[in-house]
Amino acid sequence: MTSIPTTVPEKKLHDENEPQIPVVEETAASGPIVEGKTVGTPYADDAKFKLRDVEVFYGESRAIKSVSLDIASNEVIAFIGPSGCGKSTFLRCLNRMNDSIDICRVKGTLELDGQDLYDPRQDVVELRARVGMVFQKPNPFPKSIYDNVAYGPRIHGLANRKSELDDIVESSLRKAGLWDEVKDRLDATATGMSGGQQQRLCIARTIAVSPEVVLMDEPCSALDPIATAKVEELIAELSESYTIVIVTHSMQQAARVSHRTAYFHLGHLVEVNDTSTVFTAPEHEMTESYITGRFG
Amino acid sequence: MTNRPQAEIVRQSLKKRYRKEKRFRAYGILAIAIALSALVVLFTDIIGKGYTGFMKTSLNLEVELNQEMMFLDDATDQKQLRMADFVEPLVQALLKEIPDATEADRDAVRKLINPYASTDLREALVNNPDWLGSTREMNLLAHTDVDVYVKHAGDSAYSIKLSEQQREWVDGLLERGIVEVSFNDTFFKGGDSRDPSRAGIMGAVVGSLLTMFVTLILSFPIGVAAAIYLEEFAPQNKLTDFIEVNINNLAAVPSIIFGLLGLAVFIGLFGMPRSVPVVGGLVLTLMTLPTIIISSRAAIKSVPPSIREAASGIGASKMQVVLHHVLPLALPGMLTGSIIGMAQALGETAPLLLIGMVAFIVDVPDGFLDSATVLPVQVFLWAGSPELAFIERASAAIMVLLSFLISMNALAIWLRKRLERRW
Repeated sequence: MTSIPTTVPEKKLHDENEPQIPVVEETAASGPIVEGKTVGTPYADDAKFKLRDVEVFYGESRAIKSVSLDIASNEVIAFIGPSGCGKSTFLRCLNRMNDSIDICRVKGTLELDGQDLYDPRQDVVELRARVGMVFQKPNPFPKSIYDNVAYGPRIHGLANRKSELDDIVESSLRKAGLWDEVKDRLDATATGMSGGQQQRLCIARTIAVSPEVVLMDEPCSALDPIATAKVEELIAELSESYTIVIVTHSMQQAARVSHRTAYFHLGHLVEVNDTSTVFTAPEHEMTESYITGRFG
Repeated sequence: MTNRPQAEIVRQSLKKRYRKEKRFRAYGILAIAIALSALVVLFTDIIGKGYTGFMKTSLNLEVELNQEMMFLDDATDQKQLRMADFVEPLVQALLKEIPDATEADRDAVRKLINPYASTDLREALVNNPDWLGSTREMNLLAHTDVDVYVKHAGDSAYSIKLSEQQREWVDGLLERGIVEVSFNDTFFKGGDSRDPSRAGIMGAVVGSLLTMFVTLILSFPIGVAAAIYLEEFAPQNKLTDFIEVNINNLAAVPSIIFGLLGLAVFIGLFGMPRSVPVVGGLVLTLMTLPTIIISSRAAIKSVPPSIREAASGIGASKMQVVLHHVLPLALPGMLTGSIIGMAQALGETAPLLLIGMVAFIVDVPDGFLDSATVLPVQVFLWAGSPELAFIERASAAIMVLLSFLISMNALAIWLRKRLERRW
């Protein structure tokens, strides 16, 4: 045990190199983080998701602190921020994947097309058919490539005939840019594919049920640069028909694929702006510190 | 601290580390060697003692089925059959084969023939009434004393009950092929008997199969369903924890307690009959359930959560996630656990003693509600028998039981290899 000095010099408490977690409220846009206050343009007119004062608790600890955000139709929005900032947690609220965690509670208003996500009458199965998800680690089922893609349409009864199902599988694999690579071995087991192929298969599997929104939780963190480039290309193509929310650790990736970027810090949504603004002229000093690599 | 260079320190410690590693490997090899030698001793002992159990001693006799001698002139007449003498033709046939035996030796000669041989003769005659009056070439069981003498002459562990004269006769008959040692088909055909030569294992095998069937169809579905519920659907609360702890406790309860429970509940309370495979199966189900539940839960737990997430992320309901993804991946582990549980149940004796499956049952059981015994209990019965000839039967029965166990374990391994999917 080191002895604690009875008086601490004032200067030590406010070390300039450390990011500050504010205790006092300030209204200045570029000042320290203020709970519930997000700089930039968090709101949109044609909101697909309307999220207001969202708070997420893990037991007693508050992982998301009063976040308000709109996600527009057909936009690609990237969530960035240091590890543990709550961006994945927030993402998983959007299709209620957090439901499976017993101690997790979500508060606030979360609406998809004006419909409350956490309404007790909202069916979670239906929600997930509308809001698909791609995970960090490629997680194909240990079945054939065909069955992986066909699984969603099958359980939702989207195809009445085998030929319809074949069409869905083919078009999904085409959209995922995988068709040419796998069309001759649709019966091969999916777990024998390379990591990048597996991840694109997971994307094909997700879009096979024609969701409106695709959530991606660090989809490229387990992939090599070439596979990453392919997935990013794919995201750009998919953005024409889907709303995409992507969590990423790579700022370059956020800059390349997204229209808007949201910066999270310790559960606060600090700044939301056009991606070009965030990476060239961030409004908030915390955002700037993060993207210039001073911490995180 | 001395100022030795670091490399020197590392080198010093390396030697010690390698020595430790070598010692550890030696311990391991020693442990395996001990286990293997115990196994070898066990197997040589059982096989050495038991292989003779798979052989029988029989007499090849030309039996004259004389009506007058047998007091029988119609082999279809039940009344006559009851009164008829089936021993005399056998004694006469054997007397003919022993030239130096006189009519005065007929008691000594009769004691070379198995007491049940006359029953076999009677049965043959009932099945073929037209044989009466003819002379037939028949293969009949020799007396157990002859069996023991032929197989174990000179073995101090066995006492030979034949007289000098009888031994000479048997030696002579053996040379001429009248007394013959052959494969013991009787052992695999019939049920238990008071006479070791007649005793068979089939009753116990069928009893075991019936009991195992009841155990399997009850314990596998119940165990798997309980495991799935506890693992996937049960709320995390005190009650679930309590159930979990108690399942683990049940796995450690001595099996005889389950026997007592079966006696009190199934027989005492529900009034089910004693000694029947249904009750045996129920008791063994209780005993096997914890094993199956625990191994099934472990199998479910080992399914990677990413598969669950993937399925529920597409919109599969909880039930679909479990049925389509978790269950197929967990099934090999569940099957392995269940088969090992079943193998355990197959070898279980204690609880079955309490529900009366230890009774002396001659007939091969023909249903779930027919009195039966099981293989390990049969071994227990024979091993405890004062007649030495039963010892080799017990060893032979152990071999049959072991071959069942080994094939069940082999099946478990095969199933696991076959069904296991890798990702």
